[in-house]
Amino acid sequence: MTGLKIIVLAKQVPDTRNVGKDAMKADGTVNRAALPAIFNPEDLNALEQALRIKDSYPGSTVTILTMGPGRAAEIIREGMYRGADNGYLLTDRAFAGSDTLATSYAISCAIRKLDFDVLIAGRQAIDGDTAQVGPQVAEKLGLPQVTYAEDVLKYEKKRITIKRRLERGIEIVSTPVPCVITVNATAPDCRPRNAKAIMKFKHAKTITELQGADEDYMKMHDDRPYLRIEEMSVVDVQADTKWLGLSGSPTKVKTIESVVFQAKESKRLTSSKSDINALMNELLANHTLGN
Amino acid sequence: MNNIFVFCEIDEGKVADVSQELLTKGRSLANELKCDLEAVVLGHEIKGIEKEIAPFGADVVHIADDKKLEFFLTLPFTSIIVDLFEKEKPQIALFGASSIGRDLAPRVSSALMSGLTADCTSLIIGDHEDKKAKKKYENLLYQIRPAFGGNIIATIINPDHRPQMATVREGVMKKEVYKDDYKCKVKNIEVGSILTDADAVVEIVERHIEARKIDIKKSQIIISGGYGVGSKENFNKLFDLAELIGGEVGASRAAVDSGFVDHARQVGQTGVTVRPKLYIACGISGQVQHTAGMEESAMIIAVNTDLSAPINKIADYVITGEVGEVIPRMIEAYKKNSK
Repeated sequence: MTGLKIIVLAKQVPDTRNVGKDAMKADGTVNRAALPAIFNPEDLNALEQALRIKDSYPGSTVTILTMGPGRAAEIIREGMYRGADNGYLLTDRAFAGSDTLATSYAISCAIRKLDFDVLIAGRQAIDGDTAQVGPQVAEKLGLPQVTYAEDVLKYEKKRITIKRRLERGIEIVSTPVPCVITVNATAPDCRPRNAKAIMKFKHAKTITELQGADEDYMKMHDDRPYLRIEEMSVVDVQADTKWLGLSGSPTKVKTIESVVFQAKESKRLTSSKSDINALMNELLANHTLGN
Repeated sequence: MNNIFVFCEIDEGKVADVSQELLTKGRSLANELKCDLEAVVLGHEIKGIEKEIAPFGADVVHIADDKKLEFFLTLPFTSIIVDLFEKEKPQIALFGASSIGRDLAPRVSSALMSGLTADCTSLIIGDHEDKKAKKKYENLLYQIRPAFGGNIIATIINPDHRPQMATVREGVMKKEVYKDDYKCKVKNIEVGSILTDADAVVEIVERHIEARKIDIKKSQIIISGGYGVGSKENFNKLFDLAELIGGEVGASRAAVDSGFVDHARQVGQTGVTVRPKLYIACGISGQVQHTAGMEESAMIIAVNTDLSAPINKIADYVITGEVGEVIPRMIEAYKKNSK
């Protein structure tokens, strides 16, 4: 049996889980520079599912597709170190300000240029937590989707069987390929980097990253085509700019407020027995506790 | 035309709580906008389901009843909703932010090229002026949600596209019967004329869905633990206190992620929203994702060792100390004083 061509949709995100004190600027906007940029966690779960398919069905390939600024090539290399074969960076100023709908349009244009059987993405990215781009891409490509996936169980007769993790249980579904799968954080963690893959791909670069490289370095790239991370622009993917960026985004951010708690008058207590005894007495007396 | 639509989910043969909550919100928005509230419900053998919907103030209930709709499947549900919205042109469409709503709503929005805002914590009507384009908009839906890991609160609008779509998690909006005998009109959807073979390509092989068990929302006292509780053993102390004073144990996302307790107990943006009369937050720093799910509690007691924890700012009482020490003292004090 021939393998599956898998595209993993991944996003480089600011690490919103580790927000330090300098993460917000004085004007209340987010200071992205103060946050480390990471491989979106659920996209790593997605990558692991892709790599497991590749392990089970020889001849499969795993391609990373990411949309973002030039430095997002970092997560493509990260994916290669863990077992992906190659990657595409969809990057263009025209994408700036895109909401989920415009983003899904851009990604669907790029995917139309690529050959694939399965698209796998994380359920959602931690900078927005919307879980919208996967289904929106699926709709634009006219493909079936399986969200909340936890385990890709098998592939046979052009169908994939997938276990989904829902609020109160599981559901096992079967979908034809091509299809879009979005993966939950409850799925197995991604395998670590592999030393051989690091050696192989540490010089993988986009054309932009190669600017200013010396002749020897360029020759190495010419001799080893697998080191090329392909860049795709609006022109390359034949996207219509009216559906991109702010003009292609039906949702607009009207206002943003940084979160400042309204301070209440709170009573301060110690953990001493007498303080806690007094508090419990008070709660009983005012019927917050008991009857 | 241009009414407010609420997608109603079926859960164990009944209209889901989250959908009834959205109907209540939809009714109040409809009153403000002076339009009708319409509901749409898809399922199999759901005759009479409108009786669970009308009392929340729905003027029209669209029903699609077909074997192919017994369980949620993305493609047939999308086709029916898209067909309905193209005909009815809602100005606002609300979905529960459940595994169903979060699968269906983006698919529908992508098909209709309309905007969608996920996991809103508040929905209000307001105006907007686009100064650059010199355009004024009246009566837009402000879709308010935390973003960027909860560090900001964003107000999102869809000035030019309809429907304005939003998802809202269970428990965020209040569910309230509008009128017990509210009259609604039932409109049946012709399923056969909409669905095609292409809608049937995904099959459900197996389902194991458990009945609802843990439901901390109904409890008047909630003792919640965060990462700062430190261990499963310390969490057991929270369960001891909860049992003694008749409460339930809740948790922050960090505690659930650390495996201290089951996800069903998670309070906050990605868990449940609670409004008990007493909320004791143990070892919880109080990121907005968590406080969004409990800040309307009548009384909040924070127990932690961090004087600068954000939770302390919304707490009525702040106990500075180790959770593992404070909780046993609460148990001891309660036993002594309640006799």
